[in-house]
Amino acid sequence: MKNNKIFYFIVSLIVAIFFVLLLGLKEEKNYSPQSENKKLNNSISLKELYSGKNIFLNDLLLENELNLINIWASWCLPCKAEHPYLINLNERFDINLIGINYKDNLDNSKKFLSDLGNPYDEVLVDSDGIKSIELGAIGVPETYLINNEYKIIKKFIGPLDQDDYENIISLIKK
Amino acid sequence: MKKITSIVLILIINTLHSNISFADQNKNIDHITKNLRCLICQGQSVYDSQSDFALSMKKLIQIKIKEGNTEDEIYKFLKEKYGEWIVYEPEVNKNTIFLWGLPLILFIFGGLLIIRKVTIK
Repeated sequence: MKNNKIFYFIVSLIVAIFFVLLLGLKEEKNYSPQSENKKLNNSISLKELYSGKNIFLNDLLLENELNLINIWASWCLPCKAEHPYLINLNERFDINLIGINYKDNLDNSKKFLSDLGNPYDEVLVDSDGIKSIELGAIGVPETYLINNEYKIIKKFIGPLDQDDYENIISLIKK
Repeated sequence: MKKITSIVLILIINTLHSNISFADQNKNIDHITKNLRCLICQGQSVYDSQSDFALSMKKLIQIKIKEGNTEDEIYKFLKEKYGEWIVYEPEVNKNTIFLWGLPLILFIFGGLLIIRKVTIK
């Protein structure tokens, strides 16, 4: 009787573990760090693309507007795909758009902007990718929507698409 | 002659010292990056990965060590940016207590079973 109880306990434990593992297999494995509600590090300084001047990122953020920081590179094809959305956002809305050029050749990045249009109010350069890590980025493209308290209210990993574009617009209109 | 000998000696000691501290620093960077997960190639550590993210991370850690940051301070900085997931060895908290406690529970349970079997015999 006692042996039977132990047997049933072990079998049900194995079945339970099997189902837990099966559910685990179906889960999304790629981890995306959460940055929402985190305040920007105010000591990040980067060089401006055209003048080469060192600028603190916080000095560029406007208190009365929403700020959009977009990390991009001329060698990154998805950045090319999301570029029309950034151009549209800059043309249609009063939003402070800051570009961070990531691990790029400066001539190529300038050419990228002159060919496809420059949607940014300021373009900064992160030549070795370290400043992007200080922002909490994992690669390009990445976009951060920042409110007037310098808090990240939304982070977009990967190229912006139509849904993200509409999402940004709804947040601007709020 | 004495002057030349002492200059040569100072130079040798200086070179040896900088080589040793450089090797120590590299060892430290390797140790830290082996415990960090690359967020681009999530099956690899930052030490193993050659992704842009991992290369920048190695550079950042080198700078942080030069600035005098300790290993724990570097982990703390990165956890603030990327969350607990970035380190392979998670700290003990209410979310990870089961993860840390389970092997201990199994060990104690197994030990008790063995003791019981032995004493019954």
